[in-house]
Amino acid sequence: MAGIEITSLHMRYPDGTVAVDEVDLSVGDGELFVMLGPSGCGKTTTLRAVAGLERQTSGTIHIGDTLVDDLPPGERDIAMVFQFYALYPHLKARDNLAFPLRAEGLPEPEVRRRVDEAARMLQLGPLMDRRPQRLSGGEQQRVALARALVRRPRAFLMDEPLTNLDAEQRADMRSQIKHLQGELGATMVYVTHDQVEAMSLGHRIAVLNQGRVEQIGTPMEVYDRPASLFCAAFIGSPPMNLLDVEVADGSLRGQGGLALPVPPGLPDRRALVAGVRPEALEVTAPGADGAVRGRVVSAEVLGDEIIYVVDCDGQRDVRVRMAPTARFAVEAPVGVRHVGGPPPVYDRDSERLVA
Amino acid sequence: MARSLVVRARPARSSGGRVRRLVEVVLLAVLAAAMLFPVLWMLETSVKENRDVYAVPAKLVGFDITLDHYRDVFVGPAGGASDLSVALLNSVVVAGASTVLATVLGVPAAWAYSRFTLRAKKDQLFFILSTRFMPPVVVVIPIFLMYRQLGLIDTQLGLILIYTAFNVPFTIWMMKGFVDQVPSEYEDAAMLDGHTRFQAFRRITLPLLLPGIAATAVFALIFSWNEFVYAIFLTSSQEVRTAPPAIAGLIGGTTVDWGLVAASACVFALPVLVFAYLVRKHLVAGVTLGAVRR
Repeated sequence: MAGIEITSLHMRYPDGTVAVDEVDLSVGDGELFVMLGPSGCGKTTTLRAVAGLERQTSGTIHIGDTLVDDLPPGERDIAMVFQFYALYPHLKARDNLAFPLRAEGLPEPEVRRRVDEAARMLQLGPLMDRRPQRLSGGEQQRVALARALVRRPRAFLMDEPLTNLDAEQRADMRSQIKHLQGELGATMVYVTHDQVEAMSLGHRIAVLNQGRVEQIGTPMEVYDRPASLFCAAFIGSPPMNLLDVEVADGSLRGQGGLALPVPPGLPDRRALVAGVRPEALEVTAPGADGAVRGRVVSAEVLGDEIIYVVDCDGQRDVRVRMAPTARFAVEAPVGVRHVGGPPPVYDRDSERLVA
Repeated sequence: MARSLVVRARPARSSGGRVRRLVEVVLLAVLAAAMLFPVLWMLETSVKENRDVYAVPAKLVGFDITLDHYRDVFVGPAGGASDLSVALLNSVVVAGASTVLATVLGVPAAWAYSRFTLRAKKDQLFFILSTRFMPPVVVVIPIFLMYRQLGLIDTQLGLILIYTAFNVPFTIWMMKGFVDQVPSEYEDAAMLDGHTRFQAFRRITLPLLLPGIAATAVFALIFSWNEFVYAIFLTSSQEVRTAPPAIAGLIGGTTVDWGLVAASACVFALPVLVFAYLVRKHLVAGVTLGAVRR
């Protein structure tokens, strides 16, 4: 296994669109590194550049100590798992697994040994003699994962491998991938647009937007202190409430008077936005201590929690996450107040985190 | 759901359904008869004695069957190969060679247009297609002049080249559709498995394209086989001439041997029918891989 070092990666297409804009990433040996972002943010393009399937305009990529910029994909010693599985349709599962080994020219007994080993790890047993058409999506993706494993590559590249699976299979595959990655100590770069996947899998997450890296951090860092308004709006379901605030009387005040604790080191600026997680707010009886007045617009009852959408004085559509025991009727007058520590605060113009 | 219940609740053979079905069958039968009559007449004429061919009123049934006309298609009056058999052989050579050439050139081009980002790709593709917009009659004179300069007049090579030029754009367009349906991830995966891009194309994509190639080649073959305008303008000698102008040449003069015309037309139609029948599955189905769910 080996780490991956991406320096000033830039990709511009012939028609002038910039897919990846001066991206720097450093993936540690044995790390599960997630690239997260909306479609068109450049995450897949970056991954394909690492694989050697696309050529960068400028910048360098190292895998381990090797500069791979001029190496064809086959000589980079990496394996990739695709969103659409990409199992060779005219080959049985067994031969799909053996394909990369035979391409390498390994002797047949060794091929058989490695194929059986990978099949055992992913419990493919009865599927091995079927062609891809006769496998379900989840089964196909397990075969594709096994095909990546047999090579014993220096790194795995995963391009939205779970996107085409249904919810149940997705959760199942997610834990399998995490388990395998830990067991093999594999370096893995995992591309997804699903923040739940990113949070649950990643050792570290890079959030990408419009070809640029917005933030790199552990899942909790990214969740607690999104580095920009984009990250704040992208991560979390429902996402952060982005409230216009100003500093008054030693506290942060939102429109309508919602009081928030001031984060330390807040510069004296005017146009500020506070990122308040739905769970950092609380719906109370109207007129409760420190609460602003509001009206419940909708309540999404999810069983383990309820998401209230509240129109407050001067601030519409504030989302509040509450335990299912707290029941407020739609249209009922309520209060909303902040609980917990100071929220991250952003400059409204630069959209970056300031405190 | 409600709709399907209604349909099922109706009696399977109501009187309305039966009348409708009867009308359908009658209409289709009339249509089939109208469409197939020329073919039937051609078949009958090809096996009639000459006196029956000219009989008034025409004999639809009850005539003597002879295969003399078919013999005359292949055997000349003095024995040996007839002019028509030479023409049929020329057709096989010209149509076959131009189809192979168009496929060999067009399939990799289609792959490239499908897979790579190229400058002004759409304009290029439109330009390629636009060469098919013009009726052959319009360009046949300039091509005649060019061919005379190049010494390609009245040669098989000349016909092969012009048919290839017409078939390549068609092959590129049709094959691009088939290549588009084969996910490029197969090639990506094969490249990561240690193949070069071209090996990935040859070992993974090409086998998946075979049904599409068969369908495209049949259409190219039919075009070349049936082509008449260039053949009659660009060739003149019996040794080079293909079957369409040769058969057309039978009509004219003082008397027309309709039996021979019909028999040679039947022989001419047969190869394409057989070939299309052999690849009919591919013609209709095209590529249905089913391995990838988009």
